[in-house]
Amino acid sequence: MKLKLDNETYWLVGAVLFLLMISTLIGQYLRVRARSESVAKTVTNLNARIKAWWIMVGIFGLAMLTGGIGSVVLFGLTSFLALREFITLTPTKPGDHRTLFWAFFVITPLQYWLVASGWYGLFAIFIPVYAFLFVPLRSAISGDCDRFLERTAKIQWGLMICVYCVSHAPAIFLLNIPGFEGQNGKLLFYFILIVQISDVLQYVWGKTLGRHKIAPMVSPNKTWEGFVGGVATATLIGAGLWWATPFTPWQSAGMSLAITLMGFAGGLVMSAIKRDRGVKDYGTLIEGHGGVMDRIDSICFAAPVFFHLTRYYFT
Amino acid sequence: MVFLARLVSGANIRWSGCAPDTRQRIYFANHTSNLDALVLWAVLPPDVRSLTRPVAARDYWAAGKIRFHVAENIFHAILIERKRPTARDNPIEQILSEMGDKRSIIIFPEGGRFSGPEPMPFKGGLYHLARKRPDVELVPVLMDNLNRILPKGEVLPVPLIGHVTFGAPMRLLPDETKPSFLERARTEVIRLRES
Repeated sequence: MKLKLDNETYWLVGAVLFLLMISTLIGQYLRVRARSESVAKTVTNLNARIKAWWIMVGIFGLAMLTGGIGSVVLFGLTSFLALREFITLTPTKPGDHRTLFWAFFVITPLQYWLVASGWYGLFAIFIPVYAFLFVPLRSAISGDCDRFLERTAKIQWGLMICVYCVSHAPAIFLLNIPGFEGQNGKLLFYFILIVQISDVLQYVWGKTLGRHKIAPMVSPNKTWEGFVGGVATATLIGAGLWWATPFTPWQSAGMSLAITLMGFAGGLVMSAIKRDRGVKDYGTLIEGHGGVMDRIDSICFAAPVFFHLTRYYFT
Repeated sequence: MVFLARLVSGANIRWSGCAPDTRQRIYFANHTSNLDALVLWAVLPPDVRSLTRPVAARDYWAAGKIRFHVAENIFHAILIERKRPTARDNPIEQILSEMGDKRSIIIFPEGGRFSGPEPMPFKGGLYHLARKRPDVELVPVLMDNLNRILPKGEVLPVPLIGHVTFGAPMRLLPDETKPSFLERARTEVIRLRES
């Protein structure tokens, strides 16, 4: 698990920094130009988002520089914070206290330890089998049967979405792709770039051209124009980045399409949970974006699918 | 300790009815977790925090060496007798003399920790303080979700996100009776849940 800093990595990093600089300039230009109050509000939020992007790219870049282990730690902390936001929104009872302690301080670190140690066999089943069975057992021992299935299911869901699914992103380092040895860091970079740029492009297309809402009850900001425009442009960008991956241009387009579609699904599902709980965001940690969970909802759905598609077809 | 308390509690702080200020205040809050006093004190800005002391039960905080050390030396609690107040050991007099004309205090007028959905009726102490010190602002504070971080009877905290909401300052009205004032104060705390 180490990152080779080859020319392709520099190109990827350079392209992201260039993109951020362009967006910062556009954001500042829009700020000066903003006339009406509502436009000014959107632009303020946009600039907060861009600022947060600089910070997130910086943290991700630092994690990548340390090779695989930095990415494992970064995604582990991300899972921890996301699970914290998820469980905070989920009504559990005092009888779940010990179970939650296990979820936060034993199950989550163990899952990431499995990634770091490269033990694929246990990594793939640890939460779906062992944690799945342990969680209801621990709650049952506490002796509170009120809404038992509901409470148990919510903790299991939180672990699956926030920990298991997200851990498939750093697990990209575990893939042994012939002819691509030692370059998996680029593949993780590619994956995160496509997921996030697809989110950004869906937001941009939606804000500029969005008319027809896809699921107004679930997420008022998701429009057909934003979805089609975002998925199409992100897929094109993905195809254009084939040189950083083990894929051909067509394969890279297909992978990017899968990533963007899953990312969209993640955003929609996690929005449905927010609406059910009556909140707009999962938290307040990332200015302009909301909580950690709001930023990684698309990764939750896209990471396991991208991981397994790559593992099945390319290793 | 301050950092730790804020980290564990996630401390989502909202000043919805007033801004942080070093003027003399009585912060009164609902009480659901052992973390309450520590967290409320820790989320105050440093200059306000150094002037603010939580009022706590002597029977709980003086029970063990570590607890006593935390209460005495870290957040400088005013430890009061809540079981058998006597003329000589009068908590109100003790609090008033500790407050002097500079310091603010944090009190939990329910007189204990309760895990019900609504705070219990308030005990009379808040009323007596309000009557003796009409010049001091009474700030309602809602502590939310902290009982899930550390429920009664548990030792290990779970890192959820707690919310601390500060409401608008209130005062004792000219001819308000004790029961109606205490009920009004309690409603002010509950109302912060909707804001």
